[in-house]
Order: sequence, then C-alpha cells, then structure tokens
Amino acid sequence: MDIALAWIAVVLMVITSAGLLFVRDWRWNIILLAVQYLGMFVLTLQNWPVGMASVKVVAGWMSAAILGMTRSGLLNESSVEESLWPSGRLFRLFAATTVVLIVAVVTPGVDTIMADAGYPVTNGGLLLIGMGLLHLGITARILHVAIGLMTVLSGFEIIYSTVEGSILVAALLAVINLGLALVGSYLLIASSTQETESP
Amino acid sequence: MNAPTLWIILPIAVGILLLLINNQRVLSLLGGSLAVSLAVIAQFVPIEVALKIGSFSLKIDSGLTILGRSLVIPPTEGSLLALIYGAAALWFFGAEASKSATRLVPLGFMIIALMVASIAVQPFLYAALFIEMAILLAIPMLTSITSPPGRGVVRFLIYQTLAMPFILLAGWLLAGVEASPGDLALTAQSAAMLGMGFAFLLAIFPLYSWIPLLVEENSPYIVGFLLWILPTITIIFGAGFLDRYSWLRSSPELNLALRYVGLLMVVTGGSFAAFQRHLGRIMAYGSIAETGFSLLALSLDLRLGIPILFLLIPARAIGLAVWSLSLTVIKENVETMRFGAARGILRVTPLAGAGMIVATLSTGAFPLLAGFPSRLALWEGLSQVSIGGALWMAIGIIGLLISAFRSLAVISMADEYTGWALRESPMQMTMLGLGMIGLFLLGLFPQSVQFLLANLPLMFEHLGR
Repeated sequence: MDIALAWIAVVLMVITSAGLLFVRDWRWNIILLAVQYLGMFVLTLQNWPVGMASVKVVAGWMSAAILGMTRSGLLNESSVEESLWPSGRLFRLFAATTVVLIVAVVTPGVDTIMADAGYPVTNGGLLLIGMGLLHLGITARILHVAIGLMTVLSGFEIIYSTVEGSILVAALLAVINLGLALVGSYLLIASSTQETESP
Repeated sequence: MNAPTLWIILPIAVGILLLLINNQRVLSLLGGSLAVSLAVIAQFVPIEVALKIGSFSLKIDSGLTILGRSLVIPPTEGSLLALIYGAAALWFFGAEASKSATRLVPLGFMIIALMVASIAVQPFLYAALFIEMAILLAIPMLTSITSPPGRGVVRFLIYQTLAMPFILLAGWLLAGVEASPGDLALTAQSAAMLGMGFAFLLAIFPLYSWIPLLVEENSPYIVGFLLWILPTITIIFGAGFLDRYSWLRSSPELNLALRYVGLLMVVTGGSFAAFQRHLGRIMAYGSIAETGFSLLALSLDLRLGIPILFLLIPARAIGLAVWSLSLTVIKENVETMRFGAARGILRVTPLAGAGMIVATLSTGAFPLLAGFPSRLALWEGLSQVSIGGALWMAIGIIGLLISAFRSLAVISMADEYTGWALRESPMQMTMLGLGMIGLFLLGLFPQSVQFLLANLPLMFEHLGR
C-alpha cells in the first residue's frame, strides 16, 4: 500500500514538475508547486514520522503562498521570455523527456548508494532535482528561478530524508525553504519596480 | 553565559535591532564598536576559564545545545573570532564612507554570526545549512527593493544554493567512507560530491561568472564584504574536512587537485584582470585570484600551508575593504566604472584612486604591501614541490600587476590643463587613508598580526602541527 502510494506520488511529481516547465500562468505554477509539495510529503513519509514529514509540506505550502501572494500584487510580467536557450514547448517536452529517461536509468545505482532508500523515493527525488535544474537552465525570470530552486531542494530533501532524521536539520531546511520564498518575493517586487516605473 | 550566545545569537539579535536605525553614522559607529568589543572579548577573555573579578565570577562556556545538536566554540577558536569580528569592525566603520551602512551593518552582523555558526555547529556537516542562510540574507543586502536585480544576483543565489545539497550529501557519504575505507567507489563518489559542493561555494573556475557581474551591478563595498566573508569562512570550513578525515588529508590526488584548481584560479583571475576594461571587474578577478592563493596554501604540506592560509586572511580583509571602498567612491563620481568613463578620475578622487591601485598591487604581491609576505611564503613553498606551479603562479601575479598599472594609467590620464577638483568627503578620505596605512603596515611589519595568527592552527586537531 505504502509503495503504491509512493509511486502515485512519483507520477504526481512527474506531472507537476513537467507542468511547471510548460505552464506560463503564474497561478497554475503556484498550484502545481503546492501539489508537488504534497507528493514530497508522501515520499518523505516513507522514512520519517508524520509529524516531521508534515514540516516539509507545511513549509512548502507556506513558501508557495508567499510567492503567490507577492505575485498577485504585481502587474503582469513582460511576455518576453528572458532566456538564452530555446524555449519552445517542443524543446521543453524533449528536455523534460530526456530528464525523465536519465532519472529512470540512474535510479537503481543511486538507490544503492543511498542505503536502499526505495526506488520510488530515489526516483522522485532525482526527478525533482533534474526538472528543477532544467527549469533553472531555461529561464531567468525571478518567479521561475525561485520555483526551480525550490524544486531542486525538494528533490534533495526527499533523498536526504532517507539518511538523516535530525529535527534540527528538518527545521533548518524548512527555514531555508521559507527564506528562498521570501528572497524570491523580494526579488519579484524589486524586478517589478522598473516595469511599473518605466513608461 | 556561553560562547555561541555571545558570538552568534547576540550579533543576530543586534543585527535585527539595527534594522530599525536609518542613520548611517550611528549605524556605522554602533556596528563597528560592537564588533570591536566582540573581537576584544574573543581575544582576551578565555573560554571555559572562570575569571574572578572581586566577588564576581565569570565563565564563558563553549557549548550550547539546540534541538539535540550543539553549537561549540572551543577555546582554541578565540583568535579566529577576534580576527573575524576585528575585520568586521573595519568593514562596519568604513560603511558610512561608502553610504551603505543601512544595509551592510545590520545584515552584515547576521551574516557574520551565521558564518561563525557554520564553524561552530556539531556535527560540522550542518555548516552548509548556515552558509545557505547567510547567502539568503546577502540578497537583500545586495539589492534594493526599488531597483531591479541584475543577472549577477540571480546567478549568485542559484550557484550558492546548489552548493548546499552537495556538501550535505558528501558529509553523509564521507561517514560511509570512514566506516569502510577500502570502498574505492564510495570514496570517489564522496570526493566528487565534496568537490562539486566546494566548487559552487568557492566559485571555482568556471563557476565564478557571477562575481564580475555582481561587482558591475551592485555597490562594490557590499560585494567586497561578501567576497571577504564567504570565501574566508568557507575555506576554514573546507580545512575542517581535511582535519577530520585522514584519508582526505593524506591523499596525494587531493593535494594535486587543490594545486591545479588553485593555479587555475590564480592564472585565470590574474590574466582576465589584465585584460579587463572595467575597474569593478578587475576587483572581481582579483578576489578570484585571492581564493586561488588560499587553495594553493591548502595544497602544500599543511604544516607550512595552514600558517600561510591564516596569513592570507588579514591581507585579504584589508585589501578588499580598501579596494571596494575606493571603487565605491569612484563610482559615485563617474557614469560607469569602464576605463573610458573613469579617465582622469585621479584628479577628482585622488585617495580613492590611490587606494584602488595600492589594493590591486597588494593583491598582486607587490613588495612592502600587505599581500606580499603571505604570497612570498606561498611562492617559496610551491616552488619546493613544483617549479612549474610556481611559474604559473607568477603568470597570475604578473596579470594582477598589469591590471594595476593599466588602471593607474587610465585614472591618471586627464586631459591637458585639467585642474584638481576634489570630491571626496572627509570621512572617505580618513577611511581610505587609514586603510592604505594598514596595507603598508601589514606589509612592512607582518609580524604585527602574529599575536592573532600564532594560535590559529590550534583550532585544528591534525593540521598545521
């Protein structure tokens, strides 16, 4: 049952992380991020008690809320995608598929290194790390950078939860997640200043 | 009273309170005075020793337990704290002259406290978490909410954040290597993870593209502060890895890797600086070369390398403080810091121009300046293990010296019959003058900081003995 639930969480994370790459509406981005934290909660639950695992989802949802509330108060961002890389949907689909395939291939090896954490946990963690890095590589927009970093950290936290159960580490990682959201919000407001001021 | 409360929690609390003050002078004086006080206490009040003052007894405990983990500042780290807070005082006193005290002093206190926490936390692998928190605090220090962030800030945030997962995972893998030292695959994996983590944290080639961008886009003084505190503490944290894991310490491959990476940083930093046409970018590449010197020191026999590493710290602190303050003053008086716009600026900001040149020369190991003694010792040590390495280091140094002379030519190249029109404030002139005197004093009398540096290797169990 637990394993089935974990695999459902992995599928959910494939959908959310890929969705974050394709969807441009910030509202959907925030919703997808929040759902992604739910998947992360399920995977963390494989190794941590409910109380500690829920720290992840609560901190994640708070971070998503911080970003969403900040973004909702700003004018629409410029439609021009600031990116040096090809940013068409077909390219993103190709890149996301490549990441999924690479993750599928390396999962058994990494799982062995990570003290046999379980395929769904390792797979889910690596998937978020890969998709997050891809996200960071193809965009320079502040909201997407913040979401990309939070996705990478989510993936890392899933994998790290299999080997580290310290309360202090859980608390510090939650603080870092919230800090990233706050910094993202700060930069979002700062970057919108010019847009509102420029004619 | 315990040491973590005094040197970690108190500065964070003070930093939060200082956010409420808007007066540059008050902030600068308060911050500088408090940092000096913390440095003096660290140097002269021993930790874990009861002091009797009349009927009053005072003892600073070394540890504090939080959520099952400890923050421990052992007595041997007193001199390091004195060095860090002493250098912080220098930056805070100079903040008024750079007009950045409102951001630098409060957030600077918090960043320094978090970096100290990264050295104090047990198990020490959790340091990466504190360093990440310091990075997050650095963002509002670098950017104002009223101006859009540049590419450098975003890249800085991404690169530094990516370091944390690597370091934490490397720590867990290293514990496995300790348990089964014969497992070569695990050893290679942990070394690769550790290498990636430190490559991001220390901005090792080619991951340093954010440094020149950051100096171009933001206040040079604030960037200079970050380029001092982050690599300095990270290098000490990295040396902690060498101290704890004997297989790392005794690995000839690691020594070779550190030497090559250090040389790469010195050569690219020096040669890129020589070809820049932007005064800020020259400082950026100078700081990259500085990190290279530190890595080279770690690559030597550690009985020699560790004292050199600590000798590099005060020179880097004063050099970067003078360099970045000079650039801030120059930036106030020119449209951009490109060579074309900064031509003849020596006649407008003579002390800032001189400070910039002296600091560049000090980084380039010019004799009688602060950077010279440490680089000379490093060069000598390197030449004993690799003549080729010493020659490459010389190329990097020549690049830095060329950049200094090019800058001097540009800032002194005024049109004919241009008069002097000084625009430096008395505070700026005072701070720059004192900084330059410091650079000369440290070069002429390097033994003057020995009372701080002599005991620093004691903070390690195995290194530098």
